[in-house]
Amino acid sequence: MAISSSDVRHVALLARLALTDAQIETLTAELSSVLGHIDELQHLDLEGVQPTAHPLAVTNAMRADVVVPGLERAEALRNAPDSDGTAFVVPSITSPGEES
Amino acid sequence: MSVIDLSALSARQVRDSIALGEFTAREAAEAAYARIEALDGDVHAFLQLTPELAFAAADRVDMARAAGNELPPLAGVPAGIKDNMNLIGTRTTCGSRMLENYESVYDCTAVRRLLDVGALPIGKCNMDEFAFGSSTENSAYGPTHNPWDLERVPGGSSGGSAACVAAGMTSISLGSDTGGSIRQPGALTGTVALKPTYGRVSRYGVVAFGSSLDQIGPFGTSVDDVALALEAISGADTMDATSSSEPVGSYTDGLDQGARGLRVGIVRDMLELEGCGAEIRASVDLAAETFAALGAEVGEVDLPAARHGLAAYYIIGPAEASSNLARFDGIRYGHRAADPADVLDLYMRSRAEGFGPETIRRIMLGTYALSAGYYDAYYGQAQKARTRIIEDFRAAFERFDVLLTPTTPEVAFRFGEKSDPYTMYLNDVYTIPVNLAGNCAVSVPSGLCSTSGMPIGLQIIGDYFAEAILLRAAAAFEEATGFDPIPPLVGSLNS
Repeated sequence: MAISSSDVRHVALLARLALTDAQIETLTAELSSVLGHIDELQHLDLEGVQPTAHPLAVTNAMRADVVVPGLERAEALRNAPDSDGTAFVVPSITSPGEES
Repeated sequence: MSVIDLSALSARQVRDSIALGEFTAREAAEAAYARIEALDGDVHAFLQLTPELAFAAADRVDMARAAGNELPPLAGVPAGIKDNMNLIGTRTTCGSRMLENYESVYDCTAVRRLLDVGALPIGKCNMDEFAFGSSTENSAYGPTHNPWDLERVPGGSSGGSAACVAAGMTSISLGSDTGGSIRQPGALTGTVALKPTYGRVSRYGVVAFGSSLDQIGPFGTSVDDVALALEAISGADTMDATSSSEPVGSYTDGLDQGARGLRVGIVRDMLELEGCGAEIRASVDLAAETFAALGAEVGEVDLPAARHGLAAYYIIGPAEASSNLARFDGIRYGHRAADPADVLDLYMRSRAEGFGPETIRRIMLGTYALSAGYYDAYYGQAQKARTRIIEDFRAAFERFDVLLTPTTPEVAFRFGEKSDPYTMYLNDVYTIPVNLAGNCAVSVPSGLCSTSGMPIGLQIIGDYFAEAILLRAAAAFEEATGFDPIPPLVGSLNS
């Protein structure tokens, strides 16, 4: 199945990747090629076959409902690109006029 | 060079020599770093060396011995750790610019367990970025070179973990295997490389790629060493709900039982896949003859759905990866783009700047396969094909204890030889079906290619949680072939 460059642009937005025009062009060719190779799946008769999401028949793994120490705040923030010592700092997601 | 040659000693021998006082754990660590000093400029197996951690661990072993305590099974054994496993005191980069400065804030369970039985953390090993690849050419920090021929790849994605063991820089190492990333580099570097059953080893602390496929496993120069490491790292973990409570047996005790009476199946239709080299194909038939000579009952079996494993994997793997890698958003850790206009811009540029080409390719493929309108055609169909592959293996294990295939369709290739993504993916055609089914498999060196001189790997596949039988078969084969691979690069050091 071929994929168009506009499909690739749409998927890049879904995947949150700011790709250049050159990258879009390359990926359009590469993804079309890979999808061409895996197209064989479309031709398999798998009517009525149950899908497998997970290889083992594991059931819910329960533990006692007991509070245990988690990651300390300082440790959780240690790799943050920007923090104020108590929280991650991110660009504003509302403009001042939008605040209620 | 140090007096201790790690290439000449098994992990078990290193531990026993230290216990007997023939050398100290500190000297074992020094031997590892001396070998790295001599060779790693050429090989580039390591992204980071951790001598402070290693010598502190060595001193604990030496003090325990001085105090008269019995030493644990891997006491003083130098080990390499793939750089997608967290260990406090190290960076965990996953071979990516995205995590160039990422400092581990907790320990990966498998790594912790290995260190708890005395192993020395020598350093963090190079890998394809986020484990996407079969050559280490996708590492943001440059590739690892194969100790057998520096012009060739060591395989991947755990190429650094394979190369450091092949070159005698460490006795053992840990890698991770989502579609072959332990076994394929094991085959290409002449090392023993095990992917345990899904759930046998906790995945806590290994950066997730494909959550229904990933499994941590060991590399070594012998089946016995790999079994020792497996005993150390296996077992249930409250931090990984998919880790299995299936009892951990002794994987070393039965290794000398031989292959007599084992039912061994050659996977005939997989051998006949286009692209499998004639010599590789012949090596599997030869291995089957070896097993027959050892008293095994050898037969043939087909896995007709397994030929579609590659296609199913390149939907399921990227789909899971695209979900897992959504966490790299420039907010909590990892690369953040400068001067973002807004949050969307921050996400989009941080990710585009931090990820390399193959990672972007996988994320795009997975996102596409999961997107509205294509989900049933791709992901749903791949999940059904996965069921068929599982059914094939189940039927085969009704008749056989272990199955034989090549590990790879060819020996180690040269850098840049596989520039087309799909050509690279084909290298994992024999290893992928095992990840999709979730059972266990090991790559064992079976000989050297007559033209290139590069190692060939035999893949032995076992049933779910049948590591004891799998490794017993591997040990019998190893002993019968008498193949003790030392790369020329290492041989030249000792002459």
